[in-house]
Amino acid sequence: MGGWDGLAIMIAVGVGFGAVSIFISSFIGPRNPTPEKMAPYECGMPPVGDARERQSVKFYLIAMIFLLFDIEIAFLGPWAMSIRQLGWPGFVQIVVFFLILVVGYVYVWRKGVLDWGPEHDPDYVHAPSPGPAVIKRYRYGTRN
Amino acid sequence: MTFALIPLSHFLILSGVLFAIGTAGVFLRRNLITLLLSVEIMLNAVNLSFVAFGRQFGTVDGQIIVFFVMTVAAAEAAVGLALVIGLFRHRESLNPEAFTSLKW
Amino acid sequence: MMFSAAFDAVIPVICLAMAGLAIMLAESFRLKNESMPLGGLAIIGLLGAGTASIFLWDRNATSFGVVTADNFALFVNLVLVVVGIFTVWFSSQTVHRDKIPAGEFYTLMLFSMVGMMLMVQATDLLLMFLALETMSIAVYVMTGIRRDQAQSTEAAFKYFLLGAFASSFFLYGIAFIYGISGSTSLDRVGSVIAAQSMSGNPMILLAVGLLIVGFGFKVAAVPFHMWSPDAYEGAPAVVTGFMSTGVKAAAVAAFARVFLTALEPMIAEWAPVLWAIAAATMIVGTVVGVAQTSLKRMLAYSSIAHGGYLLVGLVAGNDVGKAAILFYLAAYALTNLGAFGVIALLGTRERANDDLRDYAGLWYSHPALATLMTICLLSLGGFPPTAGFIAKWYVFSAAVGSGYYWLAIIGVLSSVVSVFFYLRVVVMMYMSERDARPVPAPITTIAMTGLALTVFGILYLGILPTRLIDAAQASVATIF
Repeated sequence: MGGWDGLAIMIAVGVGFGAVSIFISSFIGPRNPTPEKMAPYECGMPPVGDARERQSVKFYLIAMIFLLFDIEIAFLGPWAMSIRQLGWPGFVQIVVFFLILVVGYVYVWRKGVLDWGPEHDPDYVHAPSPGPAVIKRYRYGTRN
Repeated sequence: MTFALIPLSHFLILSGVLFAIGTAGVFLRRNLITLLLSVEIMLNAVNLSFVAFGRQFGTVDGQIIVFFVMTVAAAEAAVGLALVIGLFRHRESLNPEAFTSLKW
Repeated sequence: MMFSAAFDAVIPVICLAMAGLAIMLAESFRLKNESMPLGGLAIIGLLGAGTASIFLWDRNATSFGVVTADNFALFVNLVLVVVGIFTVWFSSQTVHRDKIPAGEFYTLMLFSMVGMMLMVQATDLLLMFLALETMSIAVYVMTGIRRDQAQSTEAAFKYFLLGAFASSFFLYGIAFIYGISGSTSLDRVGSVIAAQSMSGNPMILLAVGLLIVGFGFKVAAVPFHMWSPDAYEGAPAVVTGFMSTGVKAAAVAAFARVFLTALEPMIAEWAPVLWAIAAATMIVGTVVGVAQTSLKRMLAYSSIAHGGYLLVGLVAGNDVGKAAILFYLAAYALTNLGAFGVIALLGTRERANDDLRDYAGLWYSHPALATLMTICLLSLGGFPPTAGFIAKWYVFSAAVGSGYYWLAIIGVLSSVVSVFFYLRVVVMMYMSERDARPVPAPITTIAMTGLALTVFGILYLGILPTRLIDAAQASVATIF
């Protein structure tokens, strides 16, 4: 079993401690349930409504955009590790890479995906609500 | 390192099993999100083989490939989730059986 | 010069990417009802890519060791540029009519074309995978670009799910190739496979099989074709025209590059498999196509069958076959773009008007459109004075030249059967009287000019094909 003994002992101790604790507490603990005790604990507040309510679609949008930009950061790590070998060409490449991402970011921002407020233009069906600057210009008709 | 004890074939078998699980999931599961997850499992199974092969050759190529595959997987997941939201708005359901306006 | 020669081979791609980014920025700063000439920007990018491809001809430039600009890739690049230009051309009318978000549409189109071109130019399997995904992801979104239509969104999801499924198979194939050869570069893979002659190795057979599955999905070959009728029917007609030509051209070209360079030593192993797939694709595409009542769905099955004819050229594997693939791609792209252009122009915002019955009496309401559609359909069916005839004849002669008589016979028979359903539409257009139906918006001169140009191309290639055939032969002579 080579070097695996230690791992096996650690797993056994970990699982054993948990199992023994649960077993002992259910065996010797007192048990007199009341409705308050059976309710889910929410920081001392009485729980309201069902936990499975629908979330605003904005959460999903933010999650998706985070996912995309987060993954791009993964390319920054290897570049940072080898920054000296890559030198200026590497720097230029990473800057170009990020400029392309910035275009995507500008698009997301101007389309208003990052607006969390309730402001929303229901007429604009085919895209998420436009960004604040667009709304302001649209409303007051000022063009700069 | 104790890891050197694990032969390449074990990684490949694990990767094959994961890939099969993902494939089966695409065909058997009845929830759009789970279908997406199954495809992700398939991609990650392939990632495992890449890393295993890379370790076998003693180069980092395999891991570099995995970087790119992860990026692709993220982009795919984003598009997939957006399409799921779009579908849900039309049908109020995540069951693929509900989507029948086209012959399958 | 800041751009050294290292960048030569990617200049066409850079043109498209820059245009795509410019459109994305313009769309970001567009006011709500402001109209911008975004299609014009797209055309500029496409023309830039086309010009760069012409200038790179015969130069055999390579970039970064993974991108090549050999004549084979440049030929397909030019076909793709034509596809892009005509897509923008026809969309000029339909984007406004269907309230398709124009900025997103053109950006996605250009980004997917970046993927297509890179896929054709890639000499490294990893880059090929990335390009395939760039292309596919953009096309998934384009399929579902009409968010107000449940059908469009549904088609996009089906396409997405099966496409993602197929690309993981493709990637698994690459993983095994990498495991065998220690590299993803096509040159290295080819030399390793040739040197070790490990045709019996189960891992290499598995890898080849997985790659066939991946490519088979993208070219919609039977039995991996299930997605294509749904995706083609659900997508807006302009997008269908784009993806049935562009995606197919890129996928077939990459298929040919991988299987005729790196995997050439194993031709004895994969040729029988592709033989069966090509035969099944031609038969199923034709037979099922006969039973369709929607013109878009019928053309989807016809495009499956055309994928089969393209695979015949690949199976033949000789010089004639390789050139035939290129010529077929050009002829097919023009023809299909024309046909889907007509469908796109006849639709209205509420109804796609793509039932066969909607074409009854088209000759009496739109004589010009009916004539153009007739020529496109005749070319799809392979009638003599059109490009489709020359393309099919060329492919089948390649098959005969390699001794695949049965494949050629199956191909000829299925073309004969397919003539039935193309002619059914033609007969419908001329014979029956048109009854009351939603009338499409008047066709603009610009769109008509575009259609007329595709048809001119079809007839030109059908009557004077030698120049393009010579170009195709020249471009396969330098590689492979």
